[in-house]
This record gives sequence, C-alpha cells and structure tokens, in this order.
Amino acid sequence: MIPAFAVQSLSKRYPHFALEDVSLSLQPGTVMGLVGANGAGKTTLLRLLSGLAAPDAGTVEVLGHRLPEAQADARREVGLASEDMRLYRGRSLDWHIDLVRQIFPSWDDDYAATLVRRFDLKPQQTLGGYSHGQRVKALLLLCLARRPKLLLLDEPTTGLDPVARLEVLEALADVLRDERRSVLFSSHNTADVEQLADRIAFLHAGRLVADADKESFLDQWRRVLCLGAAPPTLAAWPEVAAVRSAGSQVEVRVRAWREDLSDRLAAAGLRVERVDPMSLEEIFVTAVRTGGAA
Amino acid sequence: MYQQIVDQITARVMAGDWAPGQALPSIRELAAGSGVSVITVKRAYEELERAGLIATRQGKGSFVADRPDQARQLLEAGLDRALDEVVTQAARLGLDRQQLHRRLDEHLDAAPSSNPSEGSQS
Repeated sequence: MIPAFAVQSLSKRYPHFALEDVSLSLQPGTVMGLVGANGAGKTTLLRLLSGLAAPDAGTVEVLGHRLPEAQADARREVGLASEDMRLYRGRSLDWHIDLVRQIFPSWDDDYAATLVRRFDLKPQQTLGGYSHGQRVKALLLLCLARRPKLLLLDEPTTGLDPVARLEVLEALADVLRDERRSVLFSSHNTADVEQLADRIAFLHAGRLVADADKESFLDQWRRVLCLGAAPPTLAAWPEVAAVRSAGSQVEVRVRAWREDLSDRLAAAGLRVERVDPMSLEEIFVTAVRTGGAA
Repeated sequence: MYQQIVDQITARVMAGDWAPGQALPSIRELAAGSGVSVITVKRAYEELERAGLIATRQGKGSFVADRPDQARQLLEAGLDRALDEVVTQAARLGLDRQQLHRRLDEHLDAAPSSNPSEGSQS
C-alpha cells in the first residue's frame, strides 16, 4: 500500500528555527494529529508536505509522488488549508468555487452544496464581509469539495466559536467514511486531536519526539497519586516524567506505565493511592515542560 | 475515550435497541457518525469482543452476541469497579462499615424512583 505521505530524515533550516531529521509516514485511511507548542515545527512540516517549501536534506513523498519532481501530480491529489492562504476579499464564495472547480476536475458540486448549507455560508456575499470563522469554513469547503486523497490542515479549528468548531469537526469526521482518504492536521486544541486522530505525531523544538497510535500513546501515561515522601532520585527514574509534592501527597506523572511500578514506588516508601489515565492535554503540557521527552 | 463507546453500545444492547444477532455499524461508519477516530472505535469493539458482548466474523463485520446476559455482566463489572472506588474513598475518610452503609442508604433514598424497591422507606 502506498503511504499517504512518507518523509525520511527531513531537515529544513531557517535563521531562527530548524526542523531536524524527521522521519514519519501515514497509512491511507488514517487521521494523524500533529501536536506541538508554538514554534515546534508543525507549519514547517505541513509546508514541506504541500511543496510550498523545499527541504535542505531528506526526502518527501506524497501519495507516491516524490517532491519536488512530481509536484504537479501531487498538487492534484493533496488539499492544503492553512490560515495564511489568501481568499479574495472582494469576491464571493461562488466566485472562488468556480475558480477552484476549473483547476481541479475532482471537484464535487453536490458535496460543495452540502457544505455550504452545513457551514451556513452565504455564497453570494463578498468574503470581505465574512467573519473570521466564516472565512475559515470557506477555505475548508474549497479544500474538502475537491475530495483530495490527502488533506493537510494547519490549525483548522483555531479561533472558531464552539458551534463552528463542531461543524468543522463533523465535516472532518465525514472524511473518515472513505478509507482511501487521509488527513494530517495540526492543532493547539488537544481535545480535537484526542477525538479525531488515529495517530499522534508530537513535535518539540523541531524534532519528532513521539509517533504512535493514539490509544497506545494515551495508554502509556498515568498520573499516580501517592502518600509519603518522594525519594530525591524519583524524578530521575526513566519512566517518570514529573514529580510534584504537596504536603504528604506526591503526584507522579509517568510516561511509561507498567503494573510493577506500584510495587517499586511502595518499595521506595510511597503508598499508591490512585492511578488515573491522563488526557492528551495533560500529557502535552507535561512533556513540553520537561523538555519534550514523550 | 473508547470507554464511552463501550458504555454506549452496552447500554443500547441492554435496552434492547440492538438485538442479539443484529449487525453493528462498521467501525468506520460508527467513527464517522459519532465523530471519533477509527482507532478509538476499533479499540472499543475489541474490548466488547473480549467481554463477549459482540462477535466479529471475518469479512462480515461485528454482530451483537447471542448471549444478552453478557451486557449485564459488563455492567456488573462496572458496578464492582465503582464500589471498589467507594470502599477506597471511605477508607480514606476513616468511615467504618456501619457509617458507609448509612451513607449508601442516604443516597438510595435521595435517588429518583429507579431505586431498588426492597427495603425502601415509606
């Protein structure tokens, strides 16, 4: 099976930022959530995959097309929606639809009409009068109705109100029905990633620190509440990400949970009170604060 | 998150919405319909299969198992987990057996009419 994308030892250097040695691929029919703090390299990776930037080292293949050589073939099948893409403020959504339809033969008129209704957009209004949320939805519509095999979305839900966010998430969930389509989306909103992604790719300071299926990734982490005094070496245990003491309570955040850890904590003088799973949000914050080891 | 899907399906089977032998939506269909990822639904189906509530036939998808009592067992297991948690909390508060029983009775009295009727107050 040809991967939706595959990058090998990818590097891209800018004066104040570098994406270093990223190898990552995505199987067709899969949704990958790209998480990372501001400046971690999410947008750079999406730009490299969409051919808007060329790598300094490494290879990029998108739907079997090697970039930049087969750029034209890749463009036909890849849809990118990112906030820095410009729509013409003086033109209407209908005008944009006509433009995109002429360029991409895969354009689906019925689906476009469905999305106009679902996103509650006025097709004749000039986009200058659209709110931020409406512009985001318009951009996504122009991308989705092409029915690209690979969707690249840079922060698709950022800045949307809860209703618009739900509309966008539902439209993305629809894409899942077709097992040949794949999605890579970056998001600050870890709840969106937790909900929609099959895989999680975690970038930190230009490096890929985790790439795993979502359920296994979440399964590795635990918040362990203990009573007692934390031994000074606890924070240095390889499976421990963070230790916080408050009075006689010690909270241990564990990045590689195993059942035998309870006994080892007990042997170190800590009584385990409870063990809870962590949300992606908590994992994300813990990993970023502790230097990105996930 | 997969636990929510497990609970939803269990509840629907218990309620009789989904009868024994009935085909379940495909993993992709349910994922798209409920707006969660494919892998989450897959994990939930695996869990339900392990619990014996659903059966998967190669190439034919998943079905509600012919033994509806499995749904009850799954809910029983959930109740046991919740009770374990109650016991842990009570120990933390230093409640003795009698005090805990009293607290449980108070909750039963305060709950709406779905109370177990036996022993209810007049």
